[in-house]
Amino acid sequence: MQLKKAREIDETTHTGRPKIRQVTQGHRFDVELVRVTKSYNAKSKAVDDISLRIPRSSYCCLLGPSGCGKSTTLRMLAGHEEVTDGAILIQDTEITTLPPVDRGTSMMFQDYALFPHLSALDNVAFSLKVRKVSKAERDRQAREYLELVQMDHLANRLPNELSGGQQQRVALARSLITRPKVLLLDEPLSALDPFLRTRMRAELKRIQKELGITFVHVTHSQEEAMALSDIMVVMNDAKIMQAGPAREVFETPANAFVARFIGGHNVLMSEGREVSVRADACRIGAMPGMRGASGTVTMVEYKGPFVQVSMTSDTGDDLTATMTDAEYFAAAPQIGDTVAVSWDPKAEHVLS
Amino acid sequence: MRVPPRVASWLQVAPMALVFTTMVLIPLGIITVVSFLDYDFARVFPEIYLGSWTDALTSPLTLSLYLTVFKFLLITLAITFVVGFWLAYFLVFHVESTGWRMGLLAAAAIPFWTPGPIRMVSWVPLLGKEGLVNKALMNAGITEAPLDWLLYSEFSVILAYCNLLTLAMLGPITHSMAKIPRSLIQAAQDAGAREWQIVRDVVLPLCKPGIAIGAIFIITAVLGDFFMIKIMSGGQINTPANAIATELAAFQYPPAAAKSVMLLVIVVVLITGLLRVVDIRKELQR
Repeated sequence: MQLKKAREIDETTHTGRPKIRQVTQGHRFDVELVRVTKSYNAKSKAVDDISLRIPRSSYCCLLGPSGCGKSTTLRMLAGHEEVTDGAILIQDTEITTLPPVDRGTSMMFQDYALFPHLSALDNVAFSLKVRKVSKAERDRQAREYLELVQMDHLANRLPNELSGGQQQRVALARSLITRPKVLLLDEPLSALDPFLRTRMRAELKRIQKELGITFVHVTHSQEEAMALSDIMVVMNDAKIMQAGPAREVFETPANAFVARFIGGHNVLMSEGREVSVRADACRIGAMPGMRGASGTVTMVEYKGPFVQVSMTSDTGDDLTATMTDAEYFAAAPQIGDTVAVSWDPKAEHVLS
Repeated sequence: MRVPPRVASWLQVAPMALVFTTMVLIPLGIITVVSFLDYDFARVFPEIYLGSWTDALTSPLTLSLYLTVFKFLLITLAITFVVGFWLAYFLVFHVESTGWRMGLLAAAAIPFWTPGPIRMVSWVPLLGKEGLVNKALMNAGITEAPLDWLLYSEFSVILAYCNLLTLAMLGPITHSMAKIPRSLIQAAQDAGAREWQIVRDVVLPLCKPGIAIGAIFIITAVLGDFFMIKIMSGGQINTPANAIATELAAFQYPPAAAKSVMLLVIVVVLITGLLRVVDIRKELQR
């Protein structure tokens, strides 16, 4: 089985990339959305004319506030929601109107959606059972996928005898056993505690790299999206605001919404233009040759290696400066102090 | 005034405990005692007499009465389960608007709107020898003579039970089914399951508690019924409950009491057995 080989190779290729992939090669994009619209009635659109191409074997995060259309987009990809207008392609094949099972997608649900009356093993083997695979064979394969998610030791437990994180691993194995071209994850980490969330995040990335398939992951956490994404898609108000590698999105946000939503940026007016300036490019204190503003400190948050100082500028904008703890404690402004903030004009990024 | 929590708990259970004790436990104690007493045509004597029990336990009539009622019970359970499950599935998974779903569920309760006797009487012009069904069948040339088993027969008894009791199955099954998260169905679809496979492998197992609760309603209703069977069979078919009613009418309290206790024990055994197979606590929580 290819999966097995992929695992063996992964163990020997800490430096290189695994050479054996689950998917066939030859196409450029795993997912293409072509002018996709979803409307429930004439007035409101849940998704409004979005187009997106996700390159082969990418980790793609759909990021946005609640109600922005990211989950609807995911459900349309899965085939759980009808597309009002536009087309969806998976590996160069149009699947816009196909039923879920014929799309080559598999969904991992937010509530995991494990069958409560079936053991972990039977949950994972379910798709093989409905395809009439023999019991011995489907149990063998299911065990292999449980091993992939490190759950083989709890194969006979019922879902309610497993912790949230364990249920999630079983749900992941159940989604992967259908050998999808694209795995869809609907806010998979939101129900986990912060510690587990970070661990599971690494696990998801590992499995995606190992299998070489595309993951489309819906989240409202920019931190999660930045940590995972090869391609990050920021959505707001039924539209895509910006799509690109996480670094590109962070360094050159397309507009004020993106700059504010992904955080770590100040959005302000400079010489009549709207610009974003990274919070870690701002310094407390006036400096020659720098652009600046003055404001009142509203909050000081000590974060260990760095300190985050929030201010309200004289023009009423919110400003944040992130500095190393050494820099902060050199002056140590307190809440209520009036301070000057300055930044290099080159750090300004013009927003559209 | 503040009531300590312990006292408050006792106060909360008190009304139900009072009703249960006075209306159920005490009468049950009394009939159990009465079943061991001697009697003649008009009175009960305070003397121990085991005849009521030996009669009830050894008479071949008892066996035949129970065989009759279990036949009705099994047929009614089978039909109400099939119809109830089918309707519930339609209501929960195929009716999209919640308003329509509630409306249709309420419509299923229409048989309860009319009093029993009226409903029974109203079936005479439909199912009787000169009734609409027979006339239609003869006019269509399907039958030569009127069918006499449409009314006052086992058929009409089962028809009446199913008409009335399907709701008892439909309600709990709908409740169980409505609680199945949609994502479970979608996950099954993703896995490639066809609709009948989803029904068999996901919906049916998760409805077991609802089916069990419906079955409990129907077991108690059918085993305890003496009215509908009397009307719908035209007094031709007897069941244990019917026999008890006949003896009560003849003031033969001790044998009636013995048979009542026996019937109660059988009902309790059946329900206990059912609850051992299906865990209905799942249905009661949340």
